[in-house]
Order: sequence, then structure tokens, then C-alpha cells
Amino acid sequence: MEYVIEMLDIRKEFGNFVANDNITLQLKKGEIHALLGENGAGKSTLMNVLFGLYQPEGGEIRVRGEKVAISNPNIANNLGIGMVHQHFMLVENLTVTENIILGNEPKKMGIINIQDAAKKVAEISKLYGLNVDPYAKIADISVGMQQRVEILKTLYRGAEILIFDEPTASLTPQEIDELFIIMKKLIEENKSIILITHKLQEIMDVTDRVTVIRKGQGIGTVITSETNPEELATLMVGRQVIFKTEKGPAFPADEVLHIENLVVEDYRGVSKVKGLNLSVRKGEIVGIAGIDGNGQSELIEAITGLRKVKEGKISINGKDITGKRPREITEIGLGHIPQDRHKHGLVLEFSVGYNAALQSYYHEPYSKKGIMNYKVVSEKAKKIIDTYDVRTQGEHEPARALSGGNQQKLIIGREVERDPDLLIAALPTRGLDVGAIEFIHKRLIEQRDNGKAVLLISFELDEVMNVSDRIAVIYDGQIVDTVNPSETTEQELGLLMAGHQKSEMIVVGDEVVLKEGEDPNVE
Amino acid sequence: MSNRVINLLVPVISIILGLIVGAIVMIFSGYDPVTAYIALWNGIFGDAYAIGETIRQISPYILAGLAVAFAFRAGLFNIGVEGQLIVGWFAAAYVGSAFDLPKIIHLPFALIAAALAGALWGLVPGILKAALRVHEVIVTIMMNYIALHVVNALIKTVSGSYKTEKIHETASLRSEFLSNITDYSTLHYGILVALAMVGVMWFLLDKTKTGYELKSVGFNEHASQYAGMNVNRNIVLSMVISGAFAGLAGSMEALGTFGYLANLGGFTGIGFDGIAVALLGANTPLGVIFGASLFGSLKYGAGNMPNEAGVPTEIVSIIIALIIFFVASGYIIRVILNRVNKKKGAK
Repeated sequence: MEYVIEMLDIRKEFGNFVANDNITLQLKKGEIHALLGENGAGKSTLMNVLFGLYQPEGGEIRVRGEKVAISNPNIANNLGIGMVHQHFMLVENLTVTENIILGNEPKKMGIINIQDAAKKVAEISKLYGLNVDPYAKIADISVGMQQRVEILKTLYRGAEILIFDEPTASLTPQEIDELFIIMKKLIEENKSIILITHKLQEIMDVTDRVTVIRKGQGIGTVITSETNPEELATLMVGRQVIFKTEKGPAFPADEVLHIENLVVEDYRGVSKVKGLNLSVRKGEIVGIAGIDGNGQSELIEAITGLRKVKEGKISINGKDITGKRPREITEIGLGHIPQDRHKHGLVLEFSVGYNAALQSYYHEPYSKKGIMNYKVVSEKAKKIIDTYDVRTQGEHEPARALSGGNQQKLIIGREVERDPDLLIAALPTRGLDVGAIEFIHKRLIEQRDNGKAVLLISFELDEVMNVSDRIAVIYDGQIVDTVNPSETTEQELGLLMAGHQKSEMIVVGDEVVLKEGEDPNVE
Repeated sequence: MSNRVINLLVPVISIILGLIVGAIVMIFSGYDPVTAYIALWNGIFGDAYAIGETIRQISPYILAGLAVAFAFRAGLFNIGVEGQLIVGWFAAAYVGSAFDLPKIIHLPFALIAAALAGALWGLVPGILKAALRVHEVIVTIMMNYIALHVVNALIKTVSGSYKTEKIHETASLRSEFLSNITDYSTLHYGILVALAMVGVMWFLLDKTKTGYELKSVGFNEHASQYAGMNVNRNIVLSMVISGAFAGLAGSMEALGTFGYLANLGGFTGIGFDGIAVALLGANTPLGVIFGASLFGSLKYGAGNMPNEAGVPTEIVSIIIALIIFFVASGYIIRVILNRVNKKKGAK
């Protein structure tokens, strides 16, 4: 079979740093080809070379057998290469069609002909089974639908080769299934796909071949049907990885976190948490499963004291913390790994050492009578760096210079070292690679085993199911059900997360499905 | 070239470039740049008297620069240093003339009065920012006008004339000793106050818990809030401290240079120059000394150019602006140096 894209011995350097060290990637026509690698392995660099954003120092690119020089993204577009970005590039207030034609508007005497464009969008949508309404506003449609708009955008511009950058990061299990169906449909219509991911199961489910890169070097290309997740992980990380997070049974004891009829409003005054009840005990990890935007952020902010509680009561260890300031709550025994580590978890301009003291600087011995003791701060930072395997040049390096995984390890080290009774971990592994994920999961379980309460909020079902001892499903600001991870399935959780009741579901063979007449797409 | 060499080279090259472009301007307007620059040099370093006057000029620039830099480190843009300086000037002049006290009490009293007046002028925008999220740039600009006209009205009310009464000897920063060793210049102890404040700012920012919080809030308000810091308290505090530095800058003029405050027809400009001083000094205490030295020297030394070389003051202003412009665009020079460096390395 012919190759539609060949990237041969691509070399890209930034100063003395070699981001891509003679990597080869060959995409066959009509295949789904995974590009697998840890964060910082050089996946994005390689794709940016293909997209014309970077110029390689060595190697050549061939498109349909012909050598090409892709010096800017327009050339990539003209060659039929399209990118579906991880973070959607859509204007919320515009309609689907308006977003698709943006920057490339079909004009007749200076006036945009929106009808023709919408017709074309509808046609493409129908051809690939995308099911997108050309006149819907982006703000009104689901995340999965928005992603399809991104796909449509590349198809509308004539893409033959589609690059999907971490496409499943924000989708529900059902939406992921639908995405895979669409990808297969695209292949049937003679498109070719590069899938950038570090999720091994997805690769097994949907791809034909996998190219693995590690620390900027091409490790090789394997045929998916001849490999397994364990081998892929070993190739990617360079050592054996334990998948199923190992943990013993939980021994929950006294209640630590108690939430009663909690109501919280967002900044616009709209209720996002609507009468929520939750309890987390010593020695257990409770996972909150739910689709982004169902009140998770407001719930965390209410517990941590960052957002006003409208109604209801929150207590930690029997002490009422409703309406208390963040620092008072911290002192009562709360540790918090925020969901946005750059915005909320770290002061990026501060050194690693300064960041290590961010939650304890006002205590002795870090400061005394208003004077900081940076020597003690440095020592503490060194201890965290050692214990939590934070890879850094030292405690004086700015936090900005650390990779995402190491930044997260620093935050976890800082929070856990304070020995809090309740640890809230919000999306603790977002954007991290398997090595770092493994480490962080271990640490959470360690906290549990030390008799602490852990509340885990995650959009990754794998994570919630692997790490939690109990799963509370959040939907529309309420905990709609609590299930035991060993007694549930991804499908059941997915349906609960989409707002269905257990009573609406039946088991058919191994599958949990909705009873007749229930529409799975109801939001 | 190592980084250290580049760090030293950048300001030197910047000043040279400014001088060259300034020379071109002078040639085109028919003046001799060599004579003019010799006059500038003599104006700054020519004799003991010139050096004394230059240092005297640097003092308020240091304090104004510290004021801007301090607020900046806490994430705030204090454009109101000018107004805070004016109220500080008035407060010092008033206390200096209205009380009869022994020097050991009177001088510190006058200095503190100036700092407090400036702090009060900084407090208003600080509170408005903290409580209502009103942007501090707008409020501080307006506070400048309020300061100017309120102070002018107060001068008239208090003294019944166009200027305040002369301060008493007990409140003066004047120094016979400093004056004598600089050939009877008006150099006064203000420079010591300014340098002491450089130390205070360094200590506050780099040694204290408050400094840690202020910097944290300045860099990332959100993370600071998550860490339980009181962001609003820090905003108000940094504006107050910034205002106090600015108020002290005013006291230099009241207690050292002039000994009174006369009706102001317009802004002094020192407060606004403080913005450039702080930025030139990368908002660090030591950097502010450098920035203030450059400003003070040029401002005072350039006064000699019309006398000695016949260059009109307008042209002199253009040349000063050019030099500062090039120093401020040091970034461009840095980029060029790095590129040259890289090419050499590649060969």
C-alpha cells in the first residue's frame, strides 16, 4: 500500500536540545496511525513540523510520494493536512457554519453567502455521519458535538489527512465510542488519520499501527494487532509499568467530610451545585465521576472556602467550615490539589523552593515574627524534591521550567507533607503521562492507607474506577448515585453521568444499555 | 560572551547608541556634539560642586523609583507617585515650619509626616482596587490632579502667600559637612534617607513574610488566594508602602533642596520619571539606584549644555530622552548580542 505521508529521519533542535532525533513516521493511505509517547517526548514537535510551524534541521517529508517543503500551515492545508486540536478553536457565540467558514468565508461581492456554506456543511456532515446542525450555536452544543465541528472544519477545507490531538480528553465514554465510529467512517471514505494519544486502550481499540517515540527518539512502529498495552507502555516509558493500580481493601472509619444540602452559585449567580450530599470517611478514596461542568468546580471551591456557600452545610472532622476563609479551612486539615496547576496550584515565576512553602510559609520555622527563613524553606523543598521525585535542577529553578508532571509532583508533595486529614485531588493527572500518573495514584492510595480521607475529582473514568473505593456520580449539581467500582462498568457510569437512572438500564449480555425508547443522546 | 558580560554590555551599548543618535540630532540642528557632550560631562562630573548637585538630584529619583517598583512587584501600576510626592512635599514643609521641636524629634517627625501623607494618597486607590476592583491606573492619575490643586489651595490657606514658610533649621536635611566637601553645593542628607529606603525595600521584599506574600500576589493572584492569602489586604498594603516611598521623595525637596513649597504651576515630573527609573532598574532595589543615577545625572548635567555649549534646552531634552529611550530598549540590544553570540558559537 502506498504512503500518503512519510516523515523520514526528521530532526528538530532547539539550541542544544534535540526535540526530534531522526524520527520516521509513515502513514499509509486509509489507516489510523497512532503516535504514542509520554509528555515531552516530542509528539507535538513532530506534528508541528508536519504542519509547517517548525522547520526541521534534517530529514525530509513526502506527501503522496513527492518530496515537499512545508514552510507554513497554509501549505499544509493545501496539501490536504488538517488538524483537530485538543483545545477546540471555536467561537462560542457563532454558529457551526460561521465557525467552519471563519477565515475562509465564501464571498459574493463582499457579502458572505451563509446559506450555500451551511448546505455544504450539512452535506459533509451527512456523508460522514456527523449529525451536526449547521445553524446551532457552539455555546449550545455538547463537547462531543463541538469536536465534530472541528472535524467538519478540516473536511470542509478539503483535508485528506487528519491529525487528532488527544481527542478523547474531554469526552464521555459514549462520546468516545461515537468518535471512533466517525473515525472508521472517515477511513472508509479514504481519509487517513494520525491519532496523537497516550491512552493505550484507545490505541488497541481503533488504530492499525503505532509509532512510539521516547525522549525525542523514534522507538519504532508496530502493528496494533500484534501488540498489547503492556508492550506499548514498556516501549513508551522504557521500563515496565504497572497498570492496575495496586491497592489493598479500604478500611473506612470515621467521617471526615460531611456535606449536607449544599447549594453553590457560579459567578453569574446561576446555581451549579443544587442540594448536594456527600460524605468521605477516613481511610477511603471517594471518586466523583461526572462530565465537566456539572458542578464539580463549584463543589471544590465551596469546600476549600474559595466560593460562597448559598445554602447547606459543610463540615470537616465535625467542625463546621461553612463560610470560613480558605486559610482557616486549610488549618482545620484540608489539602488541595487544584485542577488548574498553573493558575491555582503554583506561582510559576517563583522558584521551586518558594512554591514548596506556599501553604506553610506563615508557620514556624518557615517564618518567625514576620521574617522568612529561606534556609529552612530550601531544606523543606529539597526534601519534597527527593521524596516526590520532582525532576528539577534544584530548588532555585523557577517552577515554570518544570514539566507538567514534575509541577504536579511538587504540588502533591507540598500538600501531602502538611499531613491533611482530607485531601482533595482535582484532575490530578490531567495531561500527564503514564509514569507520572502511576506515581500520583500511588501517593493518593498511600494517603488513604495512612488513614486519611481522599476526595478525587476526575473526568477520566479509568482513573475514577482504578483509584476510588467508592464512586459518587455527579450530574447537574447533585450526586445522583453512589456505586462500588468493582460492581459497575464504564457503560453504566457513562449513562449515570449523562443523567440516566439505574432503573432505566438493563443488562444485555455483558453490556449495560438503556431500555427501549430511551434516547442515549439526551443531555 | 557569558551572560554576565552581556548584562554589563547592554546598558553601556545602550548609552553609547543614545549618545550617537543624540549627536546626529545636534549635527542636523547645527550644534557641535563634541562640545555639547563635554559640557554634559562637566555638568555631571566636572567638579566637586557638580557631583554634589548631581547626587542631590538623584535622591528623589531613587525614592520615586522605589515607589513605582514596589507597587509593580505586587502587581500594581502606581501612576500616582507624582501626586503622592506632592502631598509628601507639602506635609514635610508644613511640619517643618509649623512646629518648634528639637532636631532629633523634628526631622524624623517631618519625614514621617511626608511618608504618611504619601501613604494616605496611596491608600485611596488601594482601597478602591481591593473593594471595588476599580483600576488603580485611573484612580492614581486622577489623584495626581487632586493632589496638585489641593496642595496649592492648602499653601494659600496655611501661609496666606504663594509659598509655605521656610522650614526651621531643626527639620532640615541640609548638611554643612556635605556642602563643604562638595564646594558649597546643596547636597544634603536626603541621599542617605534614599539609600536607607533601598535597604528597607530589599529587606521587605526578600526577607519578610509580607514581602513573600506581596510578590506572590503580584505574580499570581489566583494561586495566592488558593494558598489562603488575603489578596485585598496585600493590594492595599503595597499601595500604602509605595505611597510612603513617594511621600519621602517629596520630603527631599521640602527638607533638603528648597526648604519650602511654592505654588506649583504643574507637575514636578519626578513622579512620572520614577516609572522609567523603576522599569530601567527592572523593579529591583539595586536597579532603581542605577536608573535614578542615570536620570539624576542627565537631568542635572544637561543643565550645563546651554551654558557651556549653547545647545538650546529643547534639544537637550530630546537628547536626554534619546539616551533613556535606548537604555529602555536594552531588550533589542540583548537580542542582537545573543544572535551575534550564537553565530560565533556555530562557527
